[in-house]
Amino acid sequence: MVASTNTAQQVKELAEEKYKYGFFTDIESETAPKGLNEDIVRFISAKKNEPEWLLKWRLKAFKYWLTMPEPRWSKVIHDPIDYQDAYYYSAPKSAADGPQSLDEIDPQLLETYEKLGIPLKEQERLSGVAVDAVFDSVSVATTFKAKLGEVGVIFCPISEALEVCPDLVKKYLGTVVPYTDNKHATLNSAVFTDGSFVYIPPGVRCPMELSTYFRINAANTGQFERTLIIADKGSYVSYLEGCTAPMRDEHQLHAAVVELITLDDAEIKYSTIQNWYPGDENGRGGIYNFVTKRGHCRGRNSKISWTQVETGAAITWKYPSCILQGDNSVGEFYSIAITNNYQQADTGTKMIHLGKNTTSRIISKGISAGRANQTYRGLVRISPKAEGARNFTQCDSLLIGDRCGAHTVPYIECKNKSAIVEHEATTSKISEDQLFYLRQRGIPPEEAVTLVVNGFCREVLQQLPMEFAVEAQKLVGISLEGSVG
Amino acid sequence: MLEIKNLHVSVEGKAILKGIDLSVQPGEIHAIMGPNGSGKSTLSHVIAGRDGYEITGGRIIYQGEDLTGLAPEIRAAKGIFLAFQYPVEIPGVANTTFLKEALNAIRRYHGEDELDAMQFVKMMREKAKELGIPEDMLKRAVNVGFSGGEKKRNEILQMAILNPRLAILDETDSGLDIDAMKIVAEGVNNMRAPERSTLIITHYQRLLDYIIPDKVHVLAHGRIQRSGGKELALELEEKGYAEFGEAAA
Amino acid sequence: MTTEPTQLQPFVESFDPARSGLPGAGLGWLKALRKTGIERFEALGLPTPKLEAWKYTRLKPLEDTRYQPVTDEDGMAALNTVPSLLPDPGGRPRLVFVNGWMRPNFWIVGDLPDGVHLESLHDVLETRPDWIRERLGTLAGEDDSSLVQLNTAMMDTGFVLRVEDGVRVETPIEVIFVGGLTAHPVAYSPRNLIVLGKGAEATVVRYHVGLGAGAYFANSVTEIDVGPGALFRNYKVQAEALEATHIDTVRARVARDATYESFSLSIGGRLSRNEVSVRLEGEGAHCALNGAYLMRGSEHCDNTTQIDHLVPHTTSREVFKGVLDDESRAVFVGRIVVHKDAQKTDGYQLCKTLLLSTGAEIDVKPELEIYADDVKCSHGATTGQMDETALFYLRSRGVPEALARNLLVQSFIGEVLEEISDEDVRRAITDQVVHWLPAACYLAEEWRAE
Ligand SMILES: Nc1ncnc2c1ncn2[C@@H]1O[C@H](COP(=O)(O)OP(=O)(O)O)[C@@H](O)[C@H]1O
Ligand SMILES: [Mg+2]
Repeated sequence: MVASTNTAQQVKELAEEKYKYGFFTDIESETAPKGLNEDIVRFISAKKNEPEWLLKWRLKAFKYWLTMPEPRWSKVIHDPIDYQDAYYYSAPKSAADGPQSLDEIDPQLLETYEKLGIPLKEQERLSGVAVDAVFDSVSVATTFKAKLGEVGVIFCPISEALEVCPDLVKKYLGTVVPYTDNKHATLNSAVFTDGSFVYIPPGVRCPMELSTYFRINAANTGQFERTLIIADKGSYVSYLEGCTAPMRDEHQLHAAVVELITLDDAEIKYSTIQNWYPGDENGRGGIYNFVTKRGHCRGRNSKISWTQVETGAAITWKYPSCILQGDNSVGEFYSIAITNNYQQADTGTKMIHLGKNTTSRIISKGISAGRANQTYRGLVRISPKAEGARNFTQCDSLLIGDRCGAHTVPYIECKNKSAIVEHEATTSKISEDQLFYLRQRGIPPEEAVTLVVNGFCREVLQQLPMEFAVEAQKLVGISLEGSVG
Repeated sequence: MLEIKNLHVSVEGKAILKGIDLSVQPGEIHAIMGPNGSGKSTLSHVIAGRDGYEITGGRIIYQGEDLTGLAPEIRAAKGIFLAFQYPVEIPGVANTTFLKEALNAIRRYHGEDELDAMQFVKMMREKAKELGIPEDMLKRAVNVGFSGGEKKRNEILQMAILNPRLAILDETDSGLDIDAMKIVAEGVNNMRAPERSTLIITHYQRLLDYIIPDKVHVLAHGRIQRSGGKELALELEEKGYAEFGEAAA
Repeated sequence: MTTEPTQLQPFVESFDPARSGLPGAGLGWLKALRKTGIERFEALGLPTPKLEAWKYTRLKPLEDTRYQPVTDEDGMAALNTVPSLLPDPGGRPRLVFVNGWMRPNFWIVGDLPDGVHLESLHDVLETRPDWIRERLGTLAGEDDSSLVQLNTAMMDTGFVLRVEDGVRVETPIEVIFVGGLTAHPVAYSPRNLIVLGKGAEATVVRYHVGLGAGAYFANSVTEIDVGPGALFRNYKVQAEALEATHIDTVRARVARDATYESFSLSIGGRLSRNEVSVRLEGEGAHCALNGAYLMRGSEHCDNTTQIDHLVPHTTSREVFKGVLDDESRAVFVGRIVVHKDAQKTDGYQLCKTLLLSTGAEIDVKPELEIYADDVKCSHGATTGQMDETALFYLRSRGVPEALARNLLVQSFIGEVLEEISDEDVRRAITDQVVHWLPAACYLAEEWRAE
């Protein structure tokens, strides 16, 4: 197997040089004492000047968390997590008092984001995109706030939302992902720090893309952001998140919760480009990405669309889901997951059809290389009342090299005869014929692989907002460049 | 044969046909032409009794009888045949079996003896031969793996076997090359008879070069906008449907 | 968990490895095997939906019924005619069991060629104890499911088919299990063993049919060893009685260039579970695992299958189709595992279900687990109701509605019946499907009178 020897070699090179976000910013930070206990929960809440109800909620979650077992049904394998051996709060000293105006930001932070390709100076930004930059446990900047304010859109760190619009936060927080949901989500409920809050008022089409850039910088620190997006009646928003972290030998925990709510005729398009540090070629280090994302189509004719490009993290465990409650509501899940070396991903979605004529569409493209293992895990549930519901699922896996694994575990539960559910899945090797054809026309092997993989992922890439599609496409190429000789 | 009076039809609350009047005498061939989406297929489905259409006004009288409420199979037994614009694929049911079931059901309805397998196969082979349909197509599952043209020819074969009183051909010409179209036209012409009427639905006049209609109607906006002789088809070919406020597709 | 011991009690209490009626009661090794079985069963307990493998099926009847072992009287219940699946057995080999009891007076073993040995489990334990000792429990062993353990402990009936190298059996061998002819709930545990030598060929049709209204729990285990280049066809029709609980575990191993073909039709029984696993152990091995389930009333049918591709160049094909009416429920779990280095695997799986009624439910979990790259695997699953356009098409040609519905169900199921390679069996199974359908021809008569 000449190809696989080459593969191993090239994949190795790739891991060493391709993760260009692996640098560390030496910045003075304020950090909570190590470990996890009630005092830490109080510490975080106090840091954020939170109202009493929220502290109570956090403490309830923490108590409940202590009683919960680790989820064991997924295919991912890791040593038990030592929750006491990590910091749950870390913030650059310069940003300790919450986000300042853009002119006051620590130049070191500006430089960090510049290096990550996310200039925070508004005039340098892509003009159609507003950014909330989260650095470890705090938001350090949010751009275009004023401009968004003009149309009534609220886009700010969630801690700030507690001051600006506490009633909205109280009304919706934890209503899609309750604090009892699963071990990781419960931990998040207890210790969540920053994350973005978005509210789109009725009838407003958000004039620009909103995005949050998550950066883990400090060592031994977990990131537990919480994002809450509410699209009121007849509104629309497209939101994108990106994530990176320095290269480190130990694993770091990222346990986020994202809750989306759409009311009548509203739509949220949520895109993720996840490029956490994946660990080295021997599986050392890398982020544990344990994320709970769920959308609730509460209103009639509403729509939630998840698009994810998952290329990073040592372990990815996430199932962005849709509860389709409003009649005629639509849920979508478009996913590309690429795992290489010792990366593991167990990802997929749940589409819960409750309302009449609800529709869901799932397109999942998995690419596994090196010694990576990847699982698509999905649930399509048609409840007895979901008259006329419809689901289509297409789930394809591509294998590169003979040491990796690709698994498909869909659950289909149908309790309504008028529903139509269609599921298709395929697993195959990257096509030698296609590679040969391209090469015969003069295209070098690495580009040929990229071309083929990009073609394989096309349906999903097309879903990304234009501004990010190109970036994602490059990322797909980079993550696998040279993996077939 | 067929009297349609002020027929109004809606689908899912949307009005499609808004007062159709049409009268077809025995032995006549009528052509209904009109732009895409004008309601031609809707009209054919309603005559054949498909569910899901709401008749909000008017009546369809066939051989002196109001068809309202009759099941499609009863209408078929009474001699109404619809050649579908999109013939349906039915995997696992052989063409022969299907047609034999259909023919015998209709015969039973009229109190006639059923044909046994031998008689039926013999008749089917003859008709198939006339239409240039290869044997193996008869054995294959209904329309499965048939090309567009084969499907349309299969519809004409069914028509020839079921021997209807009123045949409705919904865009049977679309997707046919010139030779296939000639075969289809010949099939229709051969069936021309004093007691049989035919409704040809099309939006090209091409087929009408081979099947000469007695009358031509233009359907647009859910109404018959104009009626005339066969020269109307030629006029439409030249001018398109623009006159009726819609472009031909 | 606290309720479990009481659920197990009836089984454990009635366990006695030395029971005189049990086959091989005098064999020490078998006693030990049985003992291990009951201990493992006690340790594992009855499966509950908490286990992933039983997520959608609850063994309700076992929770609320006390089954007794079959008595002489039950086993000798009168049987006037043998309810054969295949028409006119003639010289066709046939075994008959009633309420789990062997009924040799109905057996026909006549026409088998030399080198084919078709015997009861009792007889083989007596005549060739060493031969069977080496084989029993090798495919359904100690680490298998709790219901296999229960069968190992309780096995009280069954047959053994042995086909020597190069011997081909042309006619299908029919094995009939008649149930339901008891006044009180009974449990029995058939254990079958099928061994095909190199290049051998055979076809077995198991017909599990319920005649009476009695409740019973049949817990069968069949171990099948298909030798190199051999061809084994394993057909089964499960037309159990209304109150039957039918658990059927099949463990098969397929050697180099051998083929294992199976078809399982489920059309009756309160609760049924067909749990099949096939291991493709030699290059060139192929398996076809097909089936259909037609359920009505409140029947529950679970088909759980696993195909393991263990070496390079093996292929599998799996097609299941189901039709669910009334409040019935079906489960299909199909797992294809391609092990490391099992390159050039070709695996295909399809499960389609038609829901005819609002109360019906289908749960499907097709699963691919793949550890080799040069493979071609796919699965598909659909659920939906009858195609209204097709229904209209048929009706517009004059076919009465009830008949049209039947035709469409037949059309839907027909596709999978095509997968049955033995023609006699295909015809017999097709007849079963047609009989399951509502009596449309009579409806057609009524319609004509109108
Ligand atoms: N089942 C349906 N539901 C909603 N609209 C329909 C349906 N069937 C037809 N229509 C609408 O009715 C109109 C007429 O359609 P059709 O009769 O197929 O036109 P034609 O055959 O002349 O092209 C179109 O606007 C079409 O979109
Ligand atoms: Mg049309």
